[in-house]
Amino acid sequence: MIVALLSVRDLGVEIRSDLGHVAAVDGLSFDVPRGKTVAIVGESGSGKSVTAQAVMQILPKVAGITRGQILFDDPADGKKPVDIATIDPLSERMRQIRGGRIAMIFQEPMTSLSPLHTAGDQVTEALRMHADVSDSEARESALDVFRRVGFPDPKRALDTYPFELSGGLRQRAMIAMALITRPALLIADEPTTALDVTTQAQILDLIHELQADTGMSVLLITHDLGVVANMADEVVVMYRGRRMEAGAREDIFRRPGHPYLKALMRAVPRFAMKPGERLTPLREVKTSPLRPGGSAFHCDANRNVLSIRDVSKTFTLRSGWFSGKVRTVHAVDQVSLSLPCGTTLGLVGESGCGKTTLSKIISRALKPDGGQVTFDDGSGPKDVHTLDGSSLTAYRRAVQFVFQDPFSSLNPRMTVYEILTEPMKIHGIGTSDERFERAKALLEMVGLDRRSLRRYPHSFSGGQRQRLGIARALALEPQVLLCDEPVSALDVSVQAQVLNLLKDLQAALGLSYLFVSHNLAVVDYVADTIAVMCRGHIVEEASKEALFREPAHPYTKALLAAVPDPDIDRPLDFAKLRTGRFSDPSAWPEPYRLVEGDHGAMTAIGPDHRVRTMSESRREAA
Amino acid sequence: MILFLARRIGTMAVTLLVISALVFFIIKLPPGDFLTNQIAELRAQGEAASAAKAEFLIKQYGLDLPVWQQYLVWIGVWPGPNGFSGLLEGDWGWSFEFDRPVPEVVGDALWLTLLINLVVVVFVHVMAIPIAIYSATRQYSIGDYVATFIGYIGLATPSFLLALIMLYYTNRWFGVSIGGLYDPRFSGQPWDMAKLRSLMSHLVVPTLVIGLGGTAAMIRRMRANLLDELGKQYFVTAKAKGVGPTRALLKYPFRMSLNPFIADIGNLLPHLVSGSVLVSLVLSLPTVGPILLAALKSQDQFLAGFILMFVAVLTVVGMLISDLLLALLDPRIRIGGR
Repeated sequence: MIVALLSVRDLGVEIRSDLGHVAAVDGLSFDVPRGKTVAIVGESGSGKSVTAQAVMQILPKVAGITRGQILFDDPADGKKPVDIATIDPLSERMRQIRGGRIAMIFQEPMTSLSPLHTAGDQVTEALRMHADVSDSEARESALDVFRRVGFPDPKRALDTYPFELSGGLRQRAMIAMALITRPALLIADEPTTALDVTTQAQILDLIHELQADTGMSVLLITHDLGVVANMADEVVVMYRGRRMEAGAREDIFRRPGHPYLKALMRAVPRFAMKPGERLTPLREVKTSPLRPGGSAFHCDANRNVLSIRDVSKTFTLRSGWFSGKVRTVHAVDQVSLSLPCGTTLGLVGESGCGKTTLSKIISRALKPDGGQVTFDDGSGPKDVHTLDGSSLTAYRRAVQFVFQDPFSSLNPRMTVYEILTEPMKIHGIGTSDERFERAKALLEMVGLDRRSLRRYPHSFSGGQRQRLGIARALALEPQVLLCDEPVSALDVSVQAQVLNLLKDLQAALGLSYLFVSHNLAVVDYVADTIAVMCRGHIVEEASKEALFREPAHPYTKALLAAVPDPDIDRPLDFAKLRTGRFSDPSAWPEPYRLVEGDHGAMTAIGPDHRVRTMSESRREAA
Repeated sequence: MILFLARRIGTMAVTLLVISALVFFIIKLPPGDFLTNQIAELRAQGEAASAAKAEFLIKQYGLDLPVWQQYLVWIGVWPGPNGFSGLLEGDWGWSFEFDRPVPEVVGDALWLTLLINLVVVVFVHVMAIPIAIYSATRQYSIGDYVATFIGYIGLATPSFLLALIMLYYTNRWFGVSIGGLYDPRFSGQPWDMAKLRSLMSHLVVPTLVIGLGGTAAMIRRMRANLLDELGKQYFVTAKAKGVGPTRALLKYPFRMSLNPFIADIGNLLPHLVSGSVLVSLVLSLPTVGPILLAALKSQDQFLAGFILMFVAVLTVVGMLISDLLLALLDPRIRIGGR
């Protein structure tokens, strides 16, 4: 029998807090075979990260291993397996294993690297710690490993600082740092959660490839079943510190046994969902029967509540500290969109494509350089950026925001009651009794207990806070909600709750949504029409069926191809994603290529299906 | 870089100009000046000869000119009774109170002040940094609580009170003479080993007294900064690489937590001169602080003006140094905007 590289036996980790000891990991056992990838899956708080920290012996001070074994059988030394759980975390021996034989990469590539030290310094440090090498040898190895992880210019990378690199490159630098010592086991704790889909696909591909090259094992920690389906050989499902289910990937995905795993799978939006199919959250939330209150207004899908015409916005960046040079960036470039009443327009694109700028222009937080945003509440279209006085106040009431981060978007010093009634106070609506009643009704609408009015935001979970955020947005009975990545900071298990809530509210109140997200599967679930945005341009716009059935634009195709689907019959096509310049308009094939200064033009290729191609004049010139 | 320096030096010059105007006009704000007050006093006592001398001085220093002209003469861009002779020409003026040129009055005191305060600064950093690192890395341990407790005492005790207590006991236990920077018998003597030793033993009390508050404040701030940084992900990364705890601490979180202190250099430099006035009075230290106080009270305008301008120059130069150091140490500032 081949001994596993790492076998965890009956592991227990306790976290000490003021409320007593909590078992973060409780009797966990699993094996990581040589050269294989084992994924630990679970929602946040399930103990999967704590397990990884226990293996590395980098648990926070309040946590400690209480029982069990972590047997690590290093293939390099040929000795008997060592039990990591019994080694002193600060000892020389543990330090040799940590970083030398077992390396780890983390979720946030920005904060995981020190901004004060060059990438080269931080990468070579791991090697200098574990091997007796000279500075020049360390640099040589770093160059080598930078090349392997796909840095375009390894020499320059040595002397760049992490904040000069893009998110994807930072994560590559992290991987380089982990791999430079040729570890036997790589622990990847949510390695791609903070990245864009196309970058995520490239990083996953890279891990695959490096694993094939070096024969190392990977312990992958994630909440994303799509990533698991594409990466793992074996899967361990965790819930509240315990193992719910474990097995080979095929078994887990084809024959999920445990109800928790089945529920987890039903909670994730997939492309292969049937029309009208509803996500089933892990824990269903009871909302009050939504009644179209007195405020319900007639909604006619032929009327556009919002129309955006040729809106552009450029930003000027100062470059360099000592020089006065400036650079202009086209954050939004000639964008035209329309949002029919009572529907959802999904806006998809990677970070930095201009989605958020556009939603700020719509809410009048930013003034566009050119173009027009018109709002029509049934009384005829009005230009949003020339509104003033009472019509502006009315517009502000009608268009509300739901923000991405439920933690920072609620004031921690205000009670739920204050948060929910503040918008009404500002707009002078109702007496304080009426506002109190309204706040209670709002809470029930979003499925929270009406007794929580006097609590503060910190006592709610992420999903509950996001529902508070939605309740606040609904306080003024708006017609349009601008949802800026409303579920991307949430766990899979609560994502479904919030998405379902948004759908129900739309059906009951006749709301129109502009739904901004980088997650295509999520947008697919909620949106009626989808616009794909890249570098400030809308490159494709279509009904969701058309967009997913026959995507025309190369960027849309790349985005679709890069989404890991939790369906093992639809694996990622890594080879296709390897070229990697999807978001560069000048690298798109004809007729889609856009060169500097060319906005291109939208061409209809089907009913409700339009795609941006290079403009006529350019084509003739070419 | 050169462009940046030129711009910075330009703004520094403008700042100093504005400060000099403020300083001068505020000193001149109360009615009359040192000499007219003195003349009135002398006349009242019937000493006409001295009064005549004072009147000569008024002419000599142009105190009969309008205030704005006096100001321009003082900074040296307007011909006074003796032609162009002001700060810009290196003429720092005359102290009426001491009846000597300003440099002679300030000279020795300035060096002693710088000495005392430099010793204090070194003391503060040498004491505070290790204690802060200790209490941050062992948060809520007994050692942390002890350091915190001592820190609060240091913050809460008025330094002049501490000065009096310490004076009494150092005199009683160690026989160190009360006040001053060296034993009275050395005053006016040339510097030799005995005088130097006396200076050293007299430096202990002022250093402790002046430094304690600063040390306490720095421990608290440094501890808070470090605690923030210790929770950051990059520190975990360093540990996950197998870097030893001390090395990991000093290379990553400690260096990050230094930024606010480097930014503080601009405030530290002028403090070297103008800080600790009260303690200097109590300990009768021959530093600039008490001289400045006396000069302001008696409207000894050139003396007060010079000291204030000196502090201003130190501030502006300190700011420049801390900006340059920050850029040198923190790449985010150096190349961040790109």
